[in-house]
Amino acid sequence: MSTQYCTFWADGLQFAIAVEHVQEVLRTQAMTPVPRAPEAVLGLLNLRGQIVTAVDFRTRLALTPAPDSDARMNVIVRSGGDVVSLVVDQIGDVIDTEELRLQPVPSNLPGAVRSALTGVLTLSGAILLVVDPHRAVELPTEVAVSS
Amino acid sequence: MDEDAEIIAEFLVESHENLDQLDRDLVALEKEPGSRELLSSIFRTIHTIKGTSGFLGFGQLERLTHVGENLLSKLRDGELPLTVELTGTLLRMVDTVRHVLAVIELSSTDEQADVEAITATVVLLQAALTPTDAALEPAEPTPEAIPASEQEVAAPVADLPAPAPEPVVPPAPVPTPTPVQYDAPKVPEPVAVEQHHEQHGEPHRGIVDSSVRVDVDLLDNLVQLVGELVLTRNQILQRADSQTGPLADADLVRAAQRLDLVASELQESVMQTRMQPIGQVWAKMPRIVRDLALQLGVEVELDMSGHETELDRSLLEAVRDPLTHLVRNALDHGIETPEVRAARGKPTKGSLALRARHESGQVVIEISDDGAGIDPAKVAEAAIARGVITQEQAARMEPRDLVQLVFRPGFSTAAQVTNVSGRGVGMDVVRTNIERIGGSVDLSGQVGLGTMCRVRIPLTLAIIPALVVGEGGERYAIPQANLVELVRLEGDERDTSVETLAGAEVMRLRGHLLPLVHLADVLGTERLADSALTVIVVQADDLRFGICVDEVHDTQEIVVKPIGRQLKGLATYAGATIMGDGRVALILDVPGIAQVENIGAVDDLDDRSATNESHELDSLLVLEVGGGRRAALPLQAVSRLEEFDIAQIELSGSTEVVQYREGILPLLRLAPAIGLVEPVCERTQLSVVVYEDGGARIGIVIDRVLDVVEAAVVRSDVGRRPGVLGSAVIEDRVTDLVDLGAVTGATNRAMAGVG
Repeated sequence: MSTQYCTFWADGLQFAIAVEHVQEVLRTQAMTPVPRAPEAVLGLLNLRGQIVTAVDFRTRLALTPAPDSDARMNVIVRSGGDVVSLVVDQIGDVIDTEELRLQPVPSNLPGAVRSALTGVLTLSGAILLVVDPHRAVELPTEVAVSS
Repeated sequence: MDEDAEIIAEFLVESHENLDQLDRDLVALEKEPGSRELLSSIFRTIHTIKGTSGFLGFGQLERLTHVGENLLSKLRDGELPLTVELTGTLLRMVDTVRHVLAVIELSSTDEQADVEAITATVVLLQAALTPTDAALEPAEPTPEAIPASEQEVAAPVADLPAPAPEPVVPPAPVPTPTPVQYDAPKVPEPVAVEQHHEQHGEPHRGIVDSSVRVDVDLLDNLVQLVGELVLTRNQILQRADSQTGPLADADLVRAAQRLDLVASELQESVMQTRMQPIGQVWAKMPRIVRDLALQLGVEVELDMSGHETELDRSLLEAVRDPLTHLVRNALDHGIETPEVRAARGKPTKGSLALRARHESGQVVIEISDDGAGIDPAKVAEAAIARGVITQEQAARMEPRDLVQLVFRPGFSTAAQVTNVSGRGVGMDVVRTNIERIGGSVDLSGQVGLGTMCRVRIPLTLAIIPALVVGEGGERYAIPQANLVELVRLEGDERDTSVETLAGAEVMRLRGHLLPLVHLADVLGTERLADSALTVIVVQADDLRFGICVDEVHDTQEIVVKPIGRQLKGLATYAGATIMGDGRVALILDVPGIAQVENIGAVDDLDDRSATNESHELDSLLVLEVGGGRRAALPLQAVSRLEEFDIAQIELSGSTEVVQYREGILPLLRLAPAIGLVEPVCERTQLSVVVYEDGGARIGIVIDRVLDVVEAAVVRSDVGRRPGVLGSAVIEDRVTDLVDLGAVTGATNRAMAGVG
């Protein structure tokens, strides 16, 4: 069981993702836009020769759009065989949650948020929304072109 | 023959490796005489060689390894103790096996190899050592030994007196001279082999020396690294190229060029290591076809060509199953039973052809049969029944498109689920698998005559040449394999070459109309206002169209990298690559763009001509007549196109004539002759098509000439009337086909009357 979580912020919410899924954290990177891609795809970035899809975490969760800012961070997440960057507002601490038990996601959260979470961790001063590294990078494929 | 040679070569390499292991094992065994593990390993090695040599028909080798195996089985089962002599004999047996292998390598047979002596020794030794003295029957045949083998054991013993003049009598301790004696015949043989080499006059590198086995992962890793190297080279080249003027670092430029060269060669060599002939897949087909044909009660002649066509190992793996499936399909759904074939007037034996070849940077594999073909109507019926499409959709689809429905998920034409097909791996899986590696698959054919499935796959996945273009400030790569040509249209040229038909842009290119798409529209970005137009003519499958782009950069070797599954739904992109400056650029998927932009209909005429041989290409003069109506004349009937001033028209009787080339040219107004109304003429010039028939000339008056086309005309009886044979769709428009004989005949009669 994982007990360490990397935390980050998006739209005033604090999220957590198990450290073993996080490859690294990067500052804003040069990105190549992908026309006609799902809205949440910000672009592609070159991570030491590997091509990584950058997903705007706020858009993915249908939160309010982020103001244009150079200060956003890339949380590079390993998901299945893929490496995906979650673009978030700010990086928080790594938190050890050995004592805590994962609780179910409150059912009144918006569907887009719930669909990316595995549960919540309640700390004394905060509530951590625990991100599912696989489902968080699943995007609706409404633009899929079928023959 | 080649296949056999390949199998033998593989067998040799494998056996040599095994024998090296055997040497080590035998030596180790001497130190550790009781090790069952070592004995089992030795036994397995000899057993493997025996099995394969039997399979390949190397009788001598089989006999030798067979007696060796018997002896070993005794040792393994503890019936015989291992002595120094035994080990020596076994080692000599291994040496002889090596020698036989060398003979096989040179002559492809083992007939010249002499194994009698050592075979006899082994048998004798075994007999001598076996406590029960039952030399002729292996006390306990090993489970691996085939029952019939006992006779074979007996045979060498029966022959024994001849090669072994001093047979050793069975007293228990084996006299040492024996092995020495039997060693004798062995010695000259390797020498003979050496001489053989010299006769050939060139150093013969043995199969074992000339090839090594390499872990596939290592190769993959090498390809990855070369990919990175190519990228780095691109970066350095860019940096070096930007150095101009007096401050240029000549050394850097030279080094960069050298790097460029070396990297290219390295890349080619590394790619070469991964190339394998498609023959590897072909090799399994005769068996599959034979078994299936028996099972299905059909007779099939399999014809394969292009064995040597090479493609990347990973691609070869990826196409193996789809190709097998397509072959199964051809037998299961295509080729009919002999009775049915006879009834249809075909030879009872069906034919199935597998062909592979390289074509513009791709491997093209065609699987064609002369079976029942695919009936679009049946496909439509099945598709509707299975809910793949609705009745309405089916009604609106072209037969050609209907056939492609078999690639849809949930579709299977098998009337009943047979043992052969219908095991859940349908054509949709075939297509998915082939598209996953950047290939395409296409079905065509004719009902009753056969089916052809064409699979196109890239040669190699990793590195491809591509043209880099710019659109909306970003760069995109178009694989060279799809490129046909670049066309730049400036100013007036643009206006005359490009036309908009019902909102769709087309370009005239050497007599053909090419559909145009703007990359900006494909990508959903702003079109750049520019008086010039840069068109990249591309080809995907049978489709050819033009992509208009902002700018063209250069051609580069690009390393194809996959893009994440978040973008898999986008047909527009085939992948991504990293440019010299480290930025990511998307690789455009030309067939995908054609699909998104609905390009395909334009090619229908050509397709029909390809699938329907009765419609050959006709050269037609397409003209406008009767105020905007289209008509076509066969070009061969037209001798000249002329313009006459209206004032030149004179009357001869009731016929309009003009003076033409020192003669009189009767005029025929085409519009009334084919039942159209002549528009009120405001022009002062007449366009006339001069038609010549056996010396008699007639001038056919038309509104204007539109085009000359080469098209396969599918004539329809719609619009058939006096002077008109019928109509056809030419360049997407309904066009009357003029019956020149009827039309001119009337005028000739009139003229004759006048004369």
